[in-house]
Amino acid sequence: MERYPKLLLPEIANLNEIDVYLSNGGFEAYKKAIKMSPEEVINEVKKSGLRGRGGACFPTGLKWSFMPKSKDIPKYLCVNGDESEPGSFKDRQIFEFNPFQLIEGILISGYAMGIKTAYIYIRGEYHKWINLMQKALDTAYERGYVGPKMKTTFGNDYWLDIFIHKGAGAYICGEETALMNSIEGDRGYPRFKPPFPAQRGLWGYPTTINNVETITAVVPIIKMGGDEYAKIGAPKHPGTLLFGVSGHINRPGVYELPTGTPLKEIIYEHCGGVWKNKSLKAVIPGGSSMPPLTAEEAEIALMDEESLQQFGTHIGTGGIIVMDEDTDIVKVTYRIAHFYHHESCGQCTPCREGCGWMEKMLKRIYEGNATAKDLDLLYSVASNIEGNTICALGDAAAWPVKGFLTKFRSEFEKRVKASREFVPPNVVHGKRRSFSDFVEYKS
Amino acid sequence: MEIKFSEEELNKVEELKSKYPNSKAALMGVLWLAQKKFGWISQEVIEYVADLLQLPPSHVDGVVSFYTMYFKKPMGKYHIQVCTNVSCLLRDGEEIYHYISKKLGISNGEVTSDGLFSLEEVECMGACGGAPMIAVNENYFENIDIEFVDKLIDNLRKQDGLSS
Repeated sequence: MERYPKLLLPEIANLNEIDVYLSNGGFEAYKKAIKMSPEEVINEVKKSGLRGRGGACFPTGLKWSFMPKSKDIPKYLCVNGDESEPGSFKDRQIFEFNPFQLIEGILISGYAMGIKTAYIYIRGEYHKWINLMQKALDTAYERGYVGPKMKTTFGNDYWLDIFIHKGAGAYICGEETALMNSIEGDRGYPRFKPPFPAQRGLWGYPTTINNVETITAVVPIIKMGGDEYAKIGAPKHPGTLLFGVSGHINRPGVYELPTGTPLKEIIYEHCGGVWKNKSLKAVIPGGSSMPPLTAEEAEIALMDEESLQQFGTHIGTGGIIVMDEDTDIVKVTYRIAHFYHHESCGQCTPCREGCGWMEKMLKRIYEGNATAKDLDLLYSVASNIEGNTICALGDAAAWPVKGFLTKFRSEFEKRVKASREFVPPNVVHGKRRSFSDFVEYKS
Repeated sequence: MEIKFSEEELNKVEELKSKYPNSKAALMGVLWLAQKKFGWISQEVIEYVADLLQLPPSHVDGVVSFYTMYFKKPMGKYHIQVCTNVSCLLRDGEEIYHYISKKLGISNGEVTSDGLFSLEEVECMGACGGAPMIAVNENYFENIDIEFVDKLIDNLRKQDGLSS
């Protein structure tokens, strides 16, 4: 098996201790960055072609360049460690095994955008990882790598504060504007865009929100230079990615691999193949909100955004969920729909009502009480949620349902009846005037 | 129990407030603190926290009701959270949920009559690589099976019998 560079999770023991991190080139990238101007740092990130690792794949350098240059107003950085997408469990590896690289990444990003305060938003369920991250942060403060003491450590005027904000169980808070509301102490409702966070973000001031993995990837970019980083992996979506593989697989776990790695290689070489020697039925390539790949597509798909788009899906968070030949696709779709119904914040009617409706229909299909007509209705409801909501949760709920329904239609058709059984009218209906009465009445 | 923070906890509240430009943003942190101390977020706790942070109680109530991890009623000493989302579902997370539910005789959101256990069917907890998984209070248990769950619950019962 070919060896790949490990830029985010290097195989070094005890890297979560600051001395080990320092002896392995820790904070060298930041020292290099402060010798450059902030614009040069942003340009380096632009050159690297780094794209957001939270699912939207937005170019990071471009996002940073939207931040106003003014130094007199507060500006904020939010590091998104909500990690609530089912199937992804990569950020917690960074919190646990490489927290100082995340801190260094925040320093570099903060320097590039002139930010004085950064918040790391970590989901409430991650008690253990919040404690680990807090411990690392406390050490960094103590040793003068974060906070006002930075000025003497690095001999530069720039310094910033980093705080951890603990979530409390809401999938929607992984959405950038909901995350800001959550930090502000409100219900996690997504905000309308525009204004974009770079114009009006936290407390109305310019804010940038980046994924934990994105910020961590900034360190090797500065270390090796943007041009060098851009050579790794797929040209349009370069770098290494943390693939979290779960489901029916022999060796589930997080694997750091270059983008553009064939999915087949990930499943059969790195993860030891589908469990119990079974064959593949479907693969979700990037967390539960992404449309699935069929077994045939999984054979040829490359794991980068552009290649996956050819199959009508996306890289998402890189959370690969593998399903074997015996998987009940209808049940999986029903479970996914249940999740989005549960997590819909309730602001937009199409999502609030539509997600519940989809779940009910899928329950009917799963229990064998649906008719063929329901399949078309399901597709139509999903289509009417998609694109009609403030945030992307509506799309995230619609995509997997539409994807499974289109690519595994026969599985659904097997579960529905040709026509609905006649249901006798209940007492209330029986007492109502029938249509024929109405006609007679009129004439 | 009187709804009041100790001196130490009040210092913690001040520390939380210092992280943000206004005190409203400290609300989630203060609610975590309150849940740890009082066990759950009652109406009295809502009013106390609102008073502490100079916020309308309705706002605090709104936040408490939005986030699933704040308990709106007393929960068991050991709060068992079972994930049944896709990755866990594929690896029999549902069977584990039903097994626990049957063993403890409670369903989703309920507490055993001795107040020792409560059960919750949760959405993805970010441990898909270790599916199926459960969490007891703040601790994750990954790559588990029914046998393990059986032993764990028995051990917790025993442990509590000894400690009380």
